[in-house]
This record gives sequence, C-alpha cells and structure tokens, in this order.
Amino acid sequence: MTALMVLDTSNTASLSSWEARGRRKDASAALLSNYEVFQLLTDMKEQRKESGKNKHSSGQQNLNTITYETLKYISKTPCRHQSPEIVREFLTAVKSHKLTKAEKLQLLNHRPVTAVEIQLMVEESEERLTEEQIEALLHTVTSILPAGPEAEQKQNTSDDVTMDEEDPA
Amino acid sequence: MFVLVEMVDTVRIPPWQFERKLNDSIAEELNKKLANKVVYNVGLCICLFDITKLEDAYVFPGDGASHTKVHFRYVVFHPFLDEILIGSIKGCSPEGVHVSLGFFDDILIPPESLQQPAKFDEAEQVWVWEYETEEGAHDLYMDTGEEIRFRVVDESFVDTSPTGPSSADATSSSEELPKKEAPYTLVGSISEPGLGLLSWWTSS
Repeated sequence: MTALMVLDTSNTASLSSWEARGRRKDASAALLSNYEVFQLLTDMKEQRKESGKNKHSSGQQNLNTITYETLKYISKTPCRHQSPEIVREFLTAVKSHKLTKAEKLQLLNHRPVTAVEIQLMVEESEERLTEEQIEALLHTVTSILPAGPEAEQKQNTSDDVTMDEEDPA
Repeated sequence: MFVLVEMVDTVRIPPWQFERKLNDSIAEELNKKLANKVVYNVGLCICLFDITKLEDAYVFPGDGASHTKVHFRYVVFHPFLDEILIGSIKGCSPEGVHVSLGFFDDILIPPESLQQPAKFDEAEQVWVWEYETEEGAHDLYMDTGEEIRFRVVDESFVDTSPTGPSSADATSSSEELPKKEAPYTLVGSISEPGLGLLSWWTSS
C-alpha cells in the first residue's frame, strides 16, 4: 500500500469516466455518482483510522467535518447499498432507453419509484418515452438498484409471505 | 451532485516532514488547503480523489522546504443546472425557504418558485402551500426538518477574498462589520409536480 490518496482507480475510473474517457483538463472532468463519493470517503476514513490518532491536528479539522457531513448525507440515501456490479448492471439495462449521462446519474442517485419522479429527472419524458417505457424504466430501477434501509424491511416481510405460498408438497 | 475537477498547484513540504512518503505529505497538504472550502467558480471542495502527476521538487535558497508542482483531481460539490436534489428545510423567512444538505447550507427557494398559491404565515414564520381541491383549500406547512425535493435553477459565486484597506471610503471602525456573504449559493425551485416536501407526494 503506497500512498494515502493515490487510489487504485481501476474500479472507480470505470464508473466515473464511463462516458468521459479521454477528455482531460475539463472544468468538470467527470461526473461522480453519490455511491463513488461514499466509497471514496469510507475508504479514506478507514485508512486514516489505521494510520493512527496523531493525524487529528487542527489542519485536518476541515477534512474531518466535510467527510462526516457528506457521509451522513449519503448514508440516508439508497446509494449506500450500491456496488460497482450493481451500477454496471443498471447502466447496461438502461442503455436501450437512450438517456443522457445526467439523467442516468440522477436515476442512480435517487432511485425513483413513481412516474412523477421519472418525469422530473428525464427531460421531455412525455415526448421521449411512452407510458410502457416509463413503466419498464421504473421496473429496471426498482429491481436492480437496492432500496434504502426502511424499504428493505418492508420488502423482507412481504418476501416471507410469498415464500410460504410457494412451498408445494 | 459531485464532479471531479483537475487542478494544478505547488505544494510546500517543510523539512521536518521529509521522512514521510512524499505522496502522503502532499495529500495531507492539499486536503488541509482545500477540504470544506469553496473555490471561486468551481464549487465546494470535498476531498482529494487522486494525484495524477508529480513534477520535480525544488528547494529554493533561503527556504529549507521543498516545493512540488502537483497535478491532481479533487472531488467537488457542484450540482449541474436543473438537477434534482433532496435536502432538509433549515427554516423559513420572508426571503423564501432555506434548505440544507448537511454539508452545504446555502440553498434558497424564493417565494416565486414555491408551489403556487403560497403564503407566509407570520405567526409561525413558516411558508404554506394553499393546496386547492374540490373539498376546499388544504394548508400544507413547510416545517423545519422536513425532507424536501427541489430543482437547482441557479447558482452564484461571490469572491470573498479580502480587499485591501479602503483609501477613499473612510467607514469608521465603530460601524458593524460588513455582512458576511456566502461564497457559493444555490437557488432552487419546487414549482413542478413531484417537487416539494416528500410527504406531499408519497402514495400510501
């Protein structure tokens, strides 16, 4: 393990630059999903914890504050349960809908469950997507992307019910 | 919400840190300089993503420290125009609804961009959406602490770097300090279906 901050970018680079490859020195070189930032901050926190307590100098206070607040914010969203495989699966699944990079990013970050939310995030959705396509998109989002913790609890109870029904003699 | 910005800077490492790995020292210095700070026309810097290139380090006469030019990428909070964000209401004032994301507080939704018709309740200091149905008007209050979904419609950067001593303008020192302006503010809107408090749109 060499430096603190020079990460193994093979995983994260494939996510953040999946459409921005080769475009360097941009004002915003690449868009990052909330999951990537969450992963980065959690890894950084682990490394700093391992390297000892002497890093709590006053200079690091800003970094500590922003890391804590950002992690707190992202932990309340469904992004915290995502993984690189889930993100890759999601991006391949929505390829057919021809969405822009920004729209795919918003779907990834927010995990919309209603058609109203899809209309907010996808520009001119009435002209670009038919009702069945919106339904299909909603289904893709809810089936591939994991929900937040409270929704998962509700899902677990309903799963138990169906498992009982599917148990033939 | 977050973008990766490529930046270049010269980092000064004092001699007593020479025993540490150069990459670690540079990472720490960059974070000390940029984390939780707003860079003009860029956004709120969160943390270092990686170091892309390190040029040769020089030691200048008179200063024992090494100076290294570093090319690096930084994670910056900079939502794009029309992005949908979810935050929590910090409070209401006659200027509008103030929303916070926890790590970023200066988001304002002005009265024109609220769901219309809206009125400001002076007694409780809270904005109210007067939702009309066939049964009559429902008053939906925008209380502090509620989660709210909004669209980013505008952003403004203010250069808050200190100006030199004012020569002509002799404002006496007994006056109040000039109002502190936030270096980076976002303007939001909730005037579309689906926007506003999350509790308004959840189908239970």
